[in-house]
Amino acid sequence: MTTTAKPLGLKKLALGEDRFSYGHRMCAGCGAPIVVKQVLMATDYPIIATNATGCLEVSSCIQQFTAWKIPWMHSAFENSAATASGIEAMYRSLVKQGKLEDRNVKFIAFGGDGGTYDIGFQSLSGAMERGHDMMYICYDNGAYMNTGIQRSSATPFGANTTTCPAGDVIPGKPQQRKDLTRIMAAHGIPYVAQASPSYHTDLMKKVQKAFEIKGPKFMNIIAPCNRGWRSRTNDAITLAKLAVETCYWPLYEIENGVTKVTVKPKEKKPLVDFLKPQGRFKHMFAPENEDMLKQAQEYVDAQWDRLLKESAAGESEKAE
Amino acid sequence: MGKIVAVTGNEACAEALRQINPDVCAAYPITPATDLMQRFSSFVNDGKVDTELVLVESEHSAMSACIGAAAAGGRVGTATSSQGLALMWEMLYIAAGTRLPIIMPLVNRALSAPLNIHGDHSDGMGARDTGWIQFYSENAQEAYDNTIQAFRIGEHLDIRLPVMVCMDGFIVSHSIERVEYIEDADVKNFVGKFEAVNPLLDLDNPKSYGPLILTDLYHEYKRAQHEVMTKVPKVVLDVAAEFEKMTGRSYGLFETYRLDDAEMAVVVMSSAAGTTKDIIDQYRDRGVKIGLLKPRMFRPFPYQEIAEALQHVKAIAVLDRADSFGGYGPLFSEITGAVMSMNSKPAMINKIFGLGGRDYLPEQAEHVIDELIEIAKTGKVETVKEYIGVRE
Amino acid sequence: MSKKFWEELPQGSVVLEAGSSAKFKTGGWRSMRPKWIEENCIQCMFCWMYCPDMSVKVKIEKDNKGEDKAVRADFDFDYCKGCGICALECPGKKGKKAIVMEEEGK
Repeated sequence: MTTTAKPLGLKKLALGEDRFSYGHRMCAGCGAPIVVKQVLMATDYPIIATNATGCLEVSSCIQQFTAWKIPWMHSAFENSAATASGIEAMYRSLVKQGKLEDRNVKFIAFGGDGGTYDIGFQSLSGAMERGHDMMYICYDNGAYMNTGIQRSSATPFGANTTTCPAGDVIPGKPQQRKDLTRIMAAHGIPYVAQASPSYHTDLMKKVQKAFEIKGPKFMNIIAPCNRGWRSRTNDAITLAKLAVETCYWPLYEIENGVTKVTVKPKEKKPLVDFLKPQGRFKHMFAPENEDMLKQAQEYVDAQWDRLLKESAAGESEKAE
Repeated sequence: MGKIVAVTGNEACAEALRQINPDVCAAYPITPATDLMQRFSSFVNDGKVDTELVLVESEHSAMSACIGAAAAGGRVGTATSSQGLALMWEMLYIAAGTRLPIIMPLVNRALSAPLNIHGDHSDGMGARDTGWIQFYSENAQEAYDNTIQAFRIGEHLDIRLPVMVCMDGFIVSHSIERVEYIEDADVKNFVGKFEAVNPLLDLDNPKSYGPLILTDLYHEYKRAQHEVMTKVPKVVLDVAAEFEKMTGRSYGLFETYRLDDAEMAVVVMSSAAGTTKDIIDQYRDRGVKIGLLKPRMFRPFPYQEIAEALQHVKAIAVLDRADSFGGYGPLFSEITGAVMSMNSKPAMINKIFGLGGRDYLPEQAEHVIDELIEIAKTGKVETVKEYIGVRE
Repeated sequence: MSKKFWEELPQGSVVLEAGSSAKFKTGGWRSMRPKWIEENCIQCMFCWMYCPDMSVKVKIEKDNKGEDKAVRADFDFDYCKGCGICALECPGKKGKKAIVMEEEGK
């Protein structure tokens, strides 16, 4: 890689102009705009983005008001990846034909977890398989927040949502969440990563790295939602940090099939530290649901152990 | 004059796409349109076009990628059929509402259930209200000619709308017919250079596509979309006039056959019009004053012009190759709409024929005309809507 | 002939002015108001990085090498929604926060 990466020191970064503007209408304290601004800030390459229908989309572009300072397109819910693939194909076509100057444009498809894990999964999988030179970024807030906090396949085990409420018989979501990051890695694409806006340097380094790689990339970024998580408006960064410290949301990357944990918590905190501040898990702390907490912790432990093993295998592979 | 060849409808449309050389095509295979894109894929892989062909994982993604590509700012095409069009349904509206010129041959095929791969107009008629311009082609020559004209019409700066070019599945898509191709250079010259409007790829002037528009403006955007449709007929006729200069082949909003002095008319679209014309000739030989009207442009529907063309007839039979269950056939509904503006009110009947590729036989046309003769005489209609060619 | 309102709408509802959301002020959403206490500020810029509403203003100063560096200025109350992330994440100086939340209009 010949390009010098943009320095990520905050005092230098803050000299630049935001490519995502104020005046958007995301709720106070939403994690999604923090994710978007960090992603766009990580690089000076020209970026064209698409957006699946969802909170970010409806709040960032209403009538004549757009928060985007880059070319941006929303067409529908399940097709952010397919739409981006069409834009990218047109770019390649016009450059190839000499009809357009090659300015090393980067393409991003944004989607929430509903538009990514669920309804948009097919179009995401297809676009990645076809090898488009684009990055898909899922901002994962763990439910369909835009339509009123319905469960998605990214909703964590036990969570209370409007379609899997903590009822007397069924206390919240019975299933564990889909591990989309690993599923995307199984596509054999060159770069897959998980990030958190609380670890902004790690997040932006991953974006930088991804943009130096030709082909399809996928990043899954946790984006706390105080409305859906039933937490406070000021705790998005704190929760996104606890998610990492409890190993609920490990920070790692899989580059050409080699797994690496990029931020390893000094001390792995118990999962309840992440669950407790969120009202969506409140019922799990009732004495009769003690087993739910145990199950949730066991799942996180198993996932983390597997990840550590894979990361260790990756490191030893590198050493050889 | 171009080359005269014996080709299928699919092959002719693939050839049109080769000559037009779109910047991006995104497609997904579906019978009976598969063959069209297969042929086009060979042009891509043999380097005969510059097109980036995006071989997507579904028709929904095909139309989504076409929408992205068209907004990016270039010439875009695709093709589909039946279930594929149905899966695109959501995106068809978005293509039209976003005013993106995407040209799509639609090889008409029945919709499931039950599953059937053969030709009828259920798919196209289902997309009637999507905001696309729709042409229906009688044969391979028309499918070819309409495809070429569609790029000019859809991309016209006054229009900027997507266009469906329909042809009957298998009957036209897979039958070998005589087709006169236009020279490559003439096609290229005819369709001209693509002019981008608000391209996303204009990095220095970033645009946002696809805003949320609520109660205060949505109605107005739809009003504007309605308005652009009213401008389509003129552009279609202008393009047709230019096309005729180049090829000698004449196109209008619809075609009439022996209609000028007719007392009765059969209205039918696409390949069935050919069979009907033959039977009309036989009846004309016997002195029966019968004629035909074949709509070419179904959306926007030329109500006024069709009313004028049918002004003088006493009885009309509208043949629909699709049903609107619980309603009249979709073409019948449009013709009755057109007839509303006429001073005289002809008697009208609606026949549903040829669903799922059921053959439309000369005898069926004869029965329809015999019934029309009776109705013209008595002015009495016993059954308005009826299936014909049904095994009983 | 003057055009009708709907005739003036951009074709295909495309938004032609990038960043036009700046014309939509969200400051009125606020019920809590952040207060910046400059003497406690260590210029870590975390508030700037974590603000979901790009409402922490910066000014440009020279560092000791003479190069430009960004320095935190006050809040942009036209857009700040008062979520309080900045106050919570503020490390402050010697345990004293440089940002505190106060009730709006107090």
